[in-house]
Amino acid sequence: MMVVYALYGVAALVVLAPVAIALGVSPRGTSVVYGASLMITLTLGMIALLSLFGYSDPSSTVTLPLGLPWLGAHFRIDALAAFFLVVVNLGGASASLFALGYGRHEHSPQRVLPFYPAYLAAMNLVVMADDAFSFLVSWEFMSLTSWALVISHHEVRENLRAGYVYLLMASFGTLALLLAFGLLAGADGNYAFDAMRALHPSAALAALVLVLTIVGAGSKAGVVPLHAWLPLAHPAAPSHVSALMSGVMTKVAVYGLVRIVFDLLGPPDWWWSMAVLAVGGITAVMGVLYALMQHDLKRLLAYHTVENIGIIYIGLGLALAFKAEGMPLAAALALTAGLLHVFNHSVFKSLLFFGAGAVLNATGERDMEHLGGLIHRMPQTAFVFLVGCVAISALPPLNGFVSEWLTFQAILLSPQLPSWGLKFLVPAVGALLALSAALAAACFVKAFGVSFLGRARTPAAANAKETDSNSLAAMFFLAAICLVAGIVPGFFIDALAPVTKSLVGVSMPHQAGVEWLSIVPIAESRSSYNGLLVFIFVLLAGSTAAFAIHRLASDKLRRGPAWDCGYPDPSPATQYTASSFAQPIRRVYGTSVFRAREIGEIPPPGATTPARLTVELRDLIWDAAYAPVAEAIGYAAEKLNYLQFLTIRQYLSLVFTALVILLLVLAIWQ
Amino acid sequence: MRGISFDVAHMLAGSLVLVSFMQLYQDRLYALLNIFALHALVLAASVAWQAFIQDAPHLYLTALIALVFKAIVIPVALHRIIVRLGIHREIETVVGVGPAMLLGMGLVALAMVVMLRVTAEADPLAREDLAFALSVVLLGLLMMVTRRNAVSQVIGFMSLENGLVLAATGAKGMPLVVEISIAFSVLIAFIVIGIFLFRIRERFDTVDVQALDRFRGERR
Amino acid sequence: MIRDFALQGAQMLLVLLLSPLLTGFVRKVKARLLRRQGPPLLQPYLDLIRLMRKDVVLAESASWLFRVIPYIVVAGTWVAASLVPTFGSGLMFSWSADLIAIIALLGSARFFLALAGLDVGTSFGGIGSSREVMIASLAEPAMLMIVFTLALIAGSTQLSTMAAYMLSGEEGLRVSLGLALLALIIVAIAENARIPIDNPATHLELTMVHEAMVLEYSGRHLALIDLSSELKLLLYISLIGCLFAPWGIAGPDASAQAHAIGVVTYLAKLAVGGFLLAVFETAISKMRVFRVPAFLGAALMLGLLATLLMFVSRSL
Repeated sequence: MMVVYALYGVAALVVLAPVAIALGVSPRGTSVVYGASLMITLTLGMIALLSLFGYSDPSSTVTLPLGLPWLGAHFRIDALAAFFLVVVNLGGASASLFALGYGRHEHSPQRVLPFYPAYLAAMNLVVMADDAFSFLVSWEFMSLTSWALVISHHEVRENLRAGYVYLLMASFGTLALLLAFGLLAGADGNYAFDAMRALHPSAALAALVLVLTIVGAGSKAGVVPLHAWLPLAHPAAPSHVSALMSGVMTKVAVYGLVRIVFDLLGPPDWWWSMAVLAVGGITAVMGVLYALMQHDLKRLLAYHTVENIGIIYIGLGLALAFKAEGMPLAAALALTAGLLHVFNHSVFKSLLFFGAGAVLNATGERDMEHLGGLIHRMPQTAFVFLVGCVAISALPPLNGFVSEWLTFQAILLSPQLPSWGLKFLVPAVGALLALSAALAAACFVKAFGVSFLGRARTPAAANAKETDSNSLAAMFFLAAICLVAGIVPGFFIDALAPVTKSLVGVSMPHQAGVEWLSIVPIAESRSSYNGLLVFIFVLLAGSTAAFAIHRLASDKLRRGPAWDCGYPDPSPATQYTASSFAQPIRRVYGTSVFRAREIGEIPPPGATTPARLTVELRDLIWDAAYAPVAEAIGYAAEKLNYLQFLTIRQYLSLVFTALVILLLVLAIWQ
Repeated sequence: MRGISFDVAHMLAGSLVLVSFMQLYQDRLYALLNIFALHALVLAASVAWQAFIQDAPHLYLTALIALVFKAIVIPVALHRIIVRLGIHREIETVVGVGPAMLLGMGLVALAMVVMLRVTAEADPLAREDLAFALSVVLLGLLMMVTRRNAVSQVIGFMSLENGLVLAATGAKGMPLVVEISIAFSVLIAFIVIGIFLFRIRERFDTVDVQALDRFRGERR
Repeated sequence: MIRDFALQGAQMLLVLLLSPLLTGFVRKVKARLLRRQGPPLLQPYLDLIRLMRKDVVLAESASWLFRVIPYIVVAGTWVAASLVPTFGSGLMFSWSADLIAIIALLGSARFFLALAGLDVGTSFGGIGSSREVMIASLAEPAMLMIVFTLALIAGSTQLSTMAAYMLSGEEGLRVSLGLALLALIIVAIAENARIPIDNPATHLELTMVHEAMVLEYSGRHLALIDLSSELKLLLYISLIGCLFAPWGIAGPDASAQAHAIGVVTYLAKLAVGGFLLAVFETAISKMRVFRVPAFLGAALMLGLLATLLMFVSRSL
């Protein structure tokens, strides 16, 4: 029943698209379209929550007479789909709320408004699809609508290039997924997911499907080395769409991986987890290192999404390992850790992108080196952005810490795995995870500190104005979710129980009944964490300190110029910039990973030319993997172009040759 | 067989691996000599402890040889050679400290995998001790391969030797004659290398092997 | 119930009151080793009182966050320090945050302190914050590897359980424990901004990391920041004590006499730890900033090696 309602909701979103075309030029079009999207996504979110809590039958399917005639289009909401629908629609609702305020500043709304509800509809359809055909069609629909949104600001040249790369990578990913589904469908070509589940492929075939899925779904999620489109495309779109792409679409890609590898592929082999773990570990560290080198705020956030996808893959890889070796409780823990991070990341990444969008609107700048001092001009935006930064750096008592803590607990269970390869890989991946967590905190000190703190570096930053109330409402809502999910994570873990039960057979112990609302992932004697108590303690300790200071200390305060060791400089250009903040880390890690070089040109004494410091970074993955492929394709295209300029006789001879070859084949092959 | 005595033996073997890592970390020649003296000292302590718990008095002699020759005589002699030849005291590395440590870790993992696969029926601590001994050998080799300075290559060779002695004593029973022959071979190797160092220094004014390669006529 | 509350409260008060004394002791020993008379033992208390009485001089470009951060930092550090067993394990709320959560609380405090360095918009604050996050990016993973090793040995990440396990002597000497101890000492030196990583007594720009971040603080704010760094030093020495020298720690339901013995042994451990720290700091010189990553990288490698050995030996 819920499926039907959900499909009605999706249909409403699809209908909204042509309505938006009609309303696009009118001034109220923005409010109508985003308001309607908000209502619809909220309804869909409610439906999804009800399905997750068990108010619907997970085996009820709806078959629509669309698509392939012998197949139809199957749609179903089981536990996994329900969870991801919650994630999608929460992101969609908050983005629509944000856009009610942000969208007013859009100068070409007719390029954005029609595609936005279609994009939301497509993402919902991907998660609800129950056969390969509707899955792939919705996946492509999702890519196309987001591509249209990416190039909506086409007057900026790099947006066009971003759209081009995005389209190429998306097509490549869909091709890989198509091949994967084709292999899964087997010789009979039955594309329904139920049929795929019943068919158990051989080990070699399953391995091939796994690789194709990691390539296909992974390229959409942004795993290294298939991530190159992500930092180009995500910043190019309008900010609420960037939030949806980073926070939600990457999660739909994770859904694709989970559905295929955990559900359709049958019982796993232990070495599958090695592939996923290795990919996850490398992605996590590379993503955050790239992010540290950026000074464009939205590009930094996009690279950081890559890191978090790596963390999610680490959780999923551990779950695969435990499932393969028959340790279902540990698998449930690892899977819960990964899926909880899916939820957490969609919340705080959307929050951060909204903040970046608010800053972009207020100052017209995305480059951190032109911002500064915004905490004085935009205090509320600064506050929620700070909450987002603390959450994403995995600091207690917010939600980022909970999913990292659960991942670490899962890693600590892995010495029980019998395979030797995993015994050496898992500690190394644990070290990579710890490294990426520490670097993420550094990255967000830089992002918040350089953009919001300090002194304003340009007049645009000095004259910024606070964002409107709709955008602020969306951001505060997400910040509140960050706090709640960090303080009482037990409820969220229990909400994930039906999902893990359907995928690995068991779920984590029931958390809501534990005293004082702690979470106990395995056993009380082993480890526990109580976010609420930690939060209360920190508040109490802080208040006690404040009270003691108030009673015992002087309360006088006066303002003066900054001390700065006695050499205060009135120019804001002398404060640290984003690249100077990253310089120690760039020197430690960047010299090997990015061939980072700093070239200083100092003119001789007496010359009047300015000195120049150039920082040179090279993206080695682009140089090694993408540039040669692009060159090869360009070369082949150039050579093939000669086919355009043949004479009529040569065209006729081509047709003649083809005909002769076909007749020869017919003659020889019997 | 898990008593405090075996734990101490295990600890000493692990410390030898740790000191090998410390050798990889050094980039100053005198500090390297001091760490090598420490390496030999830990080896002597380990062999003496093995002599104590196995009740094998000839191992005390091995420990004494290690202490006197490798912890005292050879570092002092090398110190004097460095002063005499005026070898410059910074060690150039082929790979940096970070990658060298990472490679070292990989070698330790490899040694563990190999040893634990080969000795499937033995006592767990003995297997780990053998794995540690193999790690020390491999780390000594790594030092020889990744350092350009001839003196540091000599030290790498010596620490490789130490690893072999550790393996031999751990395996319960190494007759003195074997030890004497090993000690003599070490001594002879040392003398030969010393002579070569003198000659090389006289001819070419340097002992940097990269420079020597140039003289040999190979172009990179 | 009341007794448990009282014990937890006593622990919180004890760490707060002892930390300036520990710092005073370390400074006195360092002075004596340099043949100086040195400040009196209670000087840090007098410093805190003096700072609290002074006016706060705030830079014109400082924001509300700058004024709130000292309270956040001291709250986080104090809560973390109260959760480390000092004289008795099995404290009432020790199960609410395990060792990973304690490390992450200290990480929160450091996050906000780094923001404070950037808040006023001077280059000194920037240099302190950027170097601090570089050191943290290596020290935190090393610490987490140490936590992994200890958790694999003791079977839990809860500090009380770990302390009880180490006390029971089931484990004996293990190579991984030795490696973990060495790595923990290196990380503790890095996190507390002591020589050879940072000089806690200098105001020269080239040798500052922690002092540069808090350069603009004055008055009661500076008192809170100083108190939190003293608490952090106490926390790390207590951590090393409860994990590697757990003798004397009273069990969960021990008598008052056992707790008294615990307090005495704890004071002895602090004295020994402080003395060794002072000797180490006097004997060694500060490293160049870009040799610190190699040093901390060595700690990370030691931690990784210890974890690897634990992973492998668990299966034997």
